[in-house]
Amino acid sequence: MRRLFPILVIFTGVLLSYAMSIALLPVVHIGGITLIGAPTEQTMGSVQRIFYYHVPSAWTAFILFFINLGASVYYLIKRCATADIVALVTAEVGVVFCTVVLVTGPIWARPVWGIWWTWDMRLTSTLVLWLIYVSYLFLRKFSSSGQTPLLAAALAVLGALCVPFVYFSIWFFRTQHPQPVMGGGGSIDPRMLHVLLVNWLAFSCFAFLVCWSRFRLEKVQREVDEAHAMRSLLDDPSAAARSMR
Amino acid sequence: MSSNPYLFAAYAATWVIHIIYLATIRRRYARLKREIEELKK
Repeated sequence: MRRLFPILVIFTGVLLSYAMSIALLPVVHIGGITLIGAPTEQTMGSVQRIFYYHVPSAWTAFILFFINLGASVYYLIKRCATADIVALVTAEVGVVFCTVVLVTGPIWARPVWGIWWTWDMRLTSTLVLWLIYVSYLFLRKFSSSGQTPLLAAALAVLGALCVPFVYFSIWFFRTQHPQPVMGGGGSIDPRMLHVLLVNWLAFSCFAFLVCWSRFRLEKVQREVDEAHAMRSLLDDPSAAARSMR
Repeated sequence: MSSNPYLFAAYAATWVIHIIYLATIRRRYARLKREIEELKK
């Protein structure tokens, strides 16, 4: 598995570069090869290209939150430490991608809607979702109780319930936000769809690599914490006995 | 074309957010390495 990691890093780097170039330019020439990128949207112009980062980031965040849900439910049933680590890691990386969505959205809204932010259902529910997972991470970081993973898992279930609400909010409520490009009755140019899916694949690979790296870090960190606890127990058994009383 | 600064800002912000997060992971790796060295002593 360790040999696979650098190969995946190179693959993801190349894929991200390719995805970014076809997202930014309608036609890309590299060393005699011509790549077809996304055409410029007629109404919004080049600012619409934010779409190729905004939407894949949102999809990646949603997938990570669903993995977090699965891992949290598994932890609640089996009390498996590995599932707890997976839940923590996917929540953390999911929050990063959700932050990208909340930052790129207003940057796109300003030239198109004339405002940075509006309290409509899609935007507000996305912000609430982000706040739930940020509070999840704060709970994990600042609570020293032995019940923390259990409480966090319960909070994660609540957070994941918000994901479908965020996605379907533009179906059920009148919002400023546009309708979904897939599954919402809208249509999209096949070249735009291709660029969107390539960017999603690139971001998914990137998220997987970051999660992998963060998982290894968390696993070793827990082993080191256990070793520290064992060492302090061996160094001063009377203090440990006092704390047990 | 007047929208280009927004496009640049959005792409730049995306990578700044990811790079900041990767930097925190790197810092945590460095701290963990120091802890392991201390444990070995």
